[in-house]
This record gives sequence, C-alpha cells and structure tokens, in this order.
Amino acid sequence: MSDTSSVAYGSHASGRSYLVEGGRYSGILSWLLTTDHKRIAILYLISVLALYFVGITLGVLMRLELLTPGETIVKAQTYNAMFTLHGVIMIFLFVIPAVPAIFGNFCLPILIGAKDVAFPRINLMSWYLYIGGAMIAVIALFTGGGPPDTGWTFYAPYSLRTGTNVTLGVFAAFVLGFSSILTGLNFVTTIHRLRAPGMTWNRMPLFVWATYATAWVQVLATPIIGITLLLVILERFFGVGIFDPTKGGDPILFQHLFWIYSHPAVYIMILPGMGVITEIIPVFARRTIFGYKAIAYSSVAIAALGSLVWGHHMFVSGQSYTANVIFSFITFLVAIPSAIKVFNWVATLYKGSILIAPPFLFALAFIFLFSIGGLTGLMQGALSVNVHIHDTYFVVGHFHYVMFGGTAFAFFAGLHYWYPKMFGRMYSQRTATLACTIMFIGFNVFYFTMLVLGLQGMPRRYYDFLPQFQMGHTIATVGSWILVTGLIIMFANLLMGLRKGERAAADPWGGKTLEWQIPSPPPHENFEEIPVIDRGAYDYD
Amino acid sequence: MFSGAASTIATKVDSAFLFILAICVVMLLLITFLMVYFVIKYRRDKNPTPTNIEGNFLLEVVWTVVPTLLVIAMFYYGWIGYREMETIPEDAMAVKVTAQMWSWSFEYDNGTRSDELAVPINKPVKLELFSRDVLHSLYVPAFRIKKDVVPGIPTSLWFTADEEGTYDVLCTEYCGVRHSAMLSRVVVMPQDRFAAWMAGKVTQEAAEPVGRELLESQGCLGCHSLDGSRIVGPTFKGIFGRKGLVLTDGAEREIVADEAYLRRSILKPNADVVVGYPPIMPSQEGILSDAQIDAIVEHLKTVK
Repeated sequence: MSDTSSVAYGSHASGRSYLVEGGRYSGILSWLLTTDHKRIAILYLISVLALYFVGITLGVLMRLELLTPGETIVKAQTYNAMFTLHGVIMIFLFVIPAVPAIFGNFCLPILIGAKDVAFPRINLMSWYLYIGGAMIAVIALFTGGGPPDTGWTFYAPYSLRTGTNVTLGVFAAFVLGFSSILTGLNFVTTIHRLRAPGMTWNRMPLFVWATYATAWVQVLATPIIGITLLLVILERFFGVGIFDPTKGGDPILFQHLFWIYSHPAVYIMILPGMGVITEIIPVFARRTIFGYKAIAYSSVAIAALGSLVWGHHMFVSGQSYTANVIFSFITFLVAIPSAIKVFNWVATLYKGSILIAPPFLFALAFIFLFSIGGLTGLMQGALSVNVHIHDTYFVVGHFHYVMFGGTAFAFFAGLHYWYPKMFGRMYSQRTATLACTIMFIGFNVFYFTMLVLGLQGMPRRYYDFLPQFQMGHTIATVGSWILVTGLIIMFANLLMGLRKGERAAADPWGGKTLEWQIPSPPPHENFEEIPVIDRGAYDYD
Repeated sequence: MFSGAASTIATKVDSAFLFILAICVVMLLLITFLMVYFVIKYRRDKNPTPTNIEGNFLLEVVWTVVPTLLVIAMFYYGWIGYREMETIPEDAMAVKVTAQMWSWSFEYDNGTRSDELAVPINKPVKLELFSRDVLHSLYVPAFRIKKDVVPGIPTSLWFTADEEGTYDVLCTEYCGVRHSAMLSRVVVMPQDRFAAWMAGKVTQEAAEPVGRELLESQGCLGCHSLDGSRIVGPTFKGIFGRKGLVLTDGAEREIVADEAYLRRSILKPNADVVVGYPPIMPSQEGILSDAQIDAIVEHLKTVK
C-alpha cells in the first residue's frame, strides 16, 4: 500500500474530475508525466486508436489491391510490406494492448477499490515503451532496405536473408514486449496487494479475473519472444547460425520459439475481451452473472492450457507425428473453457430484464462472431483438416473472427460501456446502434467469404490469385467497404459525443461494480474513502 | 465439397470436415437462437423484474462434459485421416521435388526432370521435398495435401490421385516477392499415357538441350523477364554484350556480359551482382549440366 500513498499529490481526494485535476504538473505535462492510471489509460486510448487507423487503412488498401488479379493499385513488394505492417501494427500495437492497457488501466484499480495501480511510475514507463516501440516501427519503414516484407511471423530463414529492414522491425517488437511485460507485472501486483478490504478473490469482478490470468501470460511468455527476436538480430548482424540451415541452424526452432509466445499471445488478446463481455452482460440483463466461478476459473484454464498448444501452428512444418497428435489433442481441450464461458453468458440472459443498448449489442455481436471464430478453430485443430486449410484464407478468416470479431468487438463494447464513465458524457445511442449493425453485416460479408475462399484453396499472403478465386475476392472487398463505413460512423459518433454529448450520470447503465459507485468522470484518486466490500460483484438483490 | 476432391485422402479430409462442420453449425444455431430468444422474451418492457440465478451445478457439468466428448470425437476423426496421410505406402512412386524462389522442379527416379508433375492415376506417389533457399510449402488443394519444404531438413508427403485431370500446385509458405507466382500443376493421367509422357521426356532430354525450354523448366523466367520488364533479377532482353555495373566483393565495377560472365553468373550468381538487384539467386552448380549451360548461354545471345 505504501506505493500508492507515495503518489498522493495535492489535496487528498479533491473530488475534481481526473480530466481536470492532473496532479503535480499542469498543461500538457500533466498528461505526459502523469502517474494517474486513468490518464495513462487515455494516453493509451489515443495512441492505440491512432495506430489502429493506420492498420485499418493498410487493410482496406490490401483488399482494394485484391479486387482484381494482377496489379490493381500497388506492386508485389509494396503489398508484401503492407500485410507485414498490417499484422505487426494490429497485433503488437492494437489487439494486445487495446483492452488491458486502456480498460485494464482505467478500470482495474477502481474495480478492486484501489486508488491506483501498484507501480504508477512503471505504468507510465510502459506507455513510453509502447510509444518508443511504435516509433521504431515507423522508422523501420523509411530507413535501411525499406519496410520489412516477412509477414508478422518473421519466419527464418527468409527473415534472415531479405534485404528489407527486418532488424529494426524486430527490435520494435522487442521493445513493445517490455511494455507488455511491465503492464502484466503491474496488474498481477495490483490485484494481489491493493484489493480493498473485503474484496476477496471470489468477489472480484470477472474482468479483473480475466486481466489477472492475462497478466500472468504476459509476464511468463513475452520474454521468450524477446529472446527469439534478439537471436534474429544477432544472426542478421553477426551471421551466428541459429536458425539458418546454411550456417548449421534450424528454421523449425525459430517457429517453436516464435509460437511458444505467439500462441499464448492469442489468449493475451482474447481473455481481457472476454472479461469486458462478462462485465456488460449482467448489467444489461440486470441480474447476477450465471456461473461466476465457472467463468473465473475458465479464464485461468484458458491461460494455462493455451500455453501448451503452440505446436498447432506447425502441423505441416515437418514437426514430428507424435508432437502433432499431442498438440492437436490439447488444442481441442482449450475449446472447453471457451465454450463454458459462452454458455454462461447466454444463461445470464435467462430471466433477466434486458435493456438493449449499444454496449450490449456489441456484446451480442461479440458472442456470435467469437463463436464462429472458436468453432472454425475446432476445424483447424483436427489434424487431417488442418493439412488442407493451413496457411489458406480459412486461417485468415478464422483469426479475424477471433481477433476482430472477438477482441475488437469486445473493445468497442467496452468503449461504449465505459465511455460515459471515462468522459462524463454520452454518445448518440441511435447512431451507435446503426454503426454496430453496419459493422456486423460488413464483417460477415468480408470474413465469412474468406473462410470459403480458404476451403477452395486460396493461400494467404498472395499478391495475385488464380481465376477461380475472383468471385470470393470481389465479395470480400465489398464487405471491407461496408465494414469500414460502420467503423467511420462509430468513431465519428464517439468523437461528437465528447463535445456535444449529454452529461452522463454516475451510473447510466445501472451497474453494480465499483466504477459505477463513483462520479463520472471519476475524481483524481477514485475514492474519497477506500470502500469496504461486503458482497459479490454482481449482487442485484 | 469444395474444389472437387481428386485423391483418395481428399474424401477422408472432407468427411472429417463435414462431421465437425455439422456439430459446429448445431452449436452456433443453438447459441444464437437462445441468445435472440432470451433477448426478445426477457426485454425490459416485457420483463421488468429479473430473477437472480447464480448458477446451476448440473448445467455446468453437462455443458462441460458434452463439449468434452464432442471435441474428443473431432480430435479422433482428424487424427485417423492424418495417420493415413503420414503412412507412406512402400510401393509409392518416388518423385524428388526441389523448391526455390520461385519455381518448382520435379525429378523422377530415372533422372527425368519436369516443371510440371505428371502422375499415373490410382498409383501412390511419394513426394520428397527439398528447398534450395527458404521455406516453401507444397499444396495441392484438390488432393487436400500440404507439407512445408524446409531447407536442410528433408520432408515428404504422398497421395493417390483418383480422378484424371490437371490440378493446381501452390506455394503456401510465404517466400518473398513472387510467392504468389510460385505455381505449378499436377497432371493425372492413365498409366499408359503416363508411360508415353515419360518416354517422350526421356527422348527430349537425350536430345540437344534447348535453351529456351531450360529457361522455363529451371524457373529462370520466374525472376528474369524476356521482354525487358523488371521482375526480380535483370531482364534477359539484350543481355548478351550489355554493359553494366556489378558489385564484386562489395566494390562496384563495370563489366560486359560476355559468355564468361553469363556462365559465372549461373554458377556463382553472387560473385558479381548487378547493382540495384538483391543477391538472392541460388547457384545452379550441380543442377545444370555443362551442355545445358552452353545451351542457355547460346539462347541468351539471341534474346534481343
């Protein structure tokens, strides 16, 4: 606790909004040097969204290129750089940090009745590492041999031989890793040490459980990608033969090391999103969550089992038969805790008193899209089927259902849910509903077509395609236009709400968790007095 | 199912897929139906007072056990098909496949080479995969087979084609700028036509090597154009006698592309790299015979 009290600046719990009361500094410095978890969340919100727009733009341009066979708008080398950047930006700079760094930072301390995270200065440093990593990634585009063209997976030996600026690109991911590790460390410590009196583990909101499970994976798995990327840099600079077979190295070793992190990273990406959904559903059903413990422990089960399935990315890599069979089996097991969550969410609607509002609509869209993402995952977990669809558009469709339909829709759900708390204003709910509907339609036109293209045999990372895939590519590109229209409406509506939105009450949705018991926007130190908790998080009686 | 199954394993892959698909569709419909039904039935104006239900142990057990059984069935179904994919019959006809940026080359037991894979119908064929540079992956959608081609580590796969026709061969492991152009075909033919095809290939190879055909079958044209356009390497158009700057051990010098230079560029491509182009061409030493190199050089003289 001593750490939090040491950062209590100025008058104790002044009661002024955190947007006004910045602490020790004023002006822009009160943001750039802030240690307030809520302000850091806003810093992340702005920077993550800025990079998300870059990622979306690249995605839309790629779809435009694929509208017709041959060259449509760019050359092959440019296209290859585009999908590499799209992947790196979306994964390392958007999907991984979006929910934990923005909502985790903003809500986690409040949800457990704390004034801040355990290490507020390290929290700020994490943001600077994030910005540093992002800037290095940008510099990598314009220096050396041009933007990296390896795909976000940096597979050896291609990544060791290409003349493009892989070294700097990899270094950016390395720096971003530290941002992720430190955030995870901060959250684990915060949850262990700073829970309010009476906030037992089984009274914690389920978003906190999800963030807790995620934080452990961040702390344990991220160092492996750090070391792996460092080895790539070593090999490129000094010619040490670790992954390049012509120097005695092993390209399969790279894949193992890469996926030992990058598969658990998938759960870093989705678990916090699941946590957001778990917060939203009981509030709009106005009843307690169904199966609290099942949802809480399934987060931990997903994190644990998810760390043991990386080999399912390598079924056709030449990995041993036995390894493939074992990895396939464990992969199927991970489906169970995910299914349990979905069933409990649906059961929570039973006999509720349901208010249909934008956060809830996004949550429903999440359940549908994530279910398709999960179920198509089962198809790929089956060994013989995987051989056919591995590295095709089926995989691309699948992970967009999970990462975009899952994590990003959960992120949008959270954004619409906590927006009145974060900014003290309300957006137009009608426009938000419209945007959600358009996005949902565009999303399915776009990515369901990708699943079909994959089954037809369309390989991923193809600049050009054979005539039999023309129809699918056209439909997918049209879908991308619908989807992006919805996105533009959604973000425009949220921006308008900042200036013109109605003032929001402390608890506009009727939530029972702690963030709704304090003013909107919350005061600098969250609570006048640390609350004493005597009931569960979703106590609606 | 999709893109017409044309191998014995393909039907098994498809049936495993359909089995899983059926379960998935039922699950998705069930979840979606309940979700929509509850939202309509219990919306706030119809049901203002909610009922708190904290959980139900029996339900939790049911929806843990049932999915567990289902996924184990899916695992098993996927596994048995895969077991067959990985059990290569002893009598399979072996073909050595060499992948390089950005072409495929198929070599039969008798040393015959082709840039397309011709195979007899209803006969097991084993493909032994080798890469000369980076990772590639051999994929025949119609056969539902795929395997990575890993430099330094031999891999293999097999199939029995059971439908005559011509099918696409695609590279599915990203391998650089012309990845999507790294295509070939499998031609499935009756045994007697295959024998005739093979005999024709053998006579063709015994005859004078033809430069133009070599450029195609060896994948040269994947990177070097004949019409002056830039692909990855310098164009062949007007190459003979052309003056140009090359990098030799990091130092620029001017050369004339004479016979000796062309020969050296085939055997030691990275000794003199034309300025402005990446040093990525693999050496053809031990792959092309002297007679073949002569034929290529002679042909290049004529590409104006």
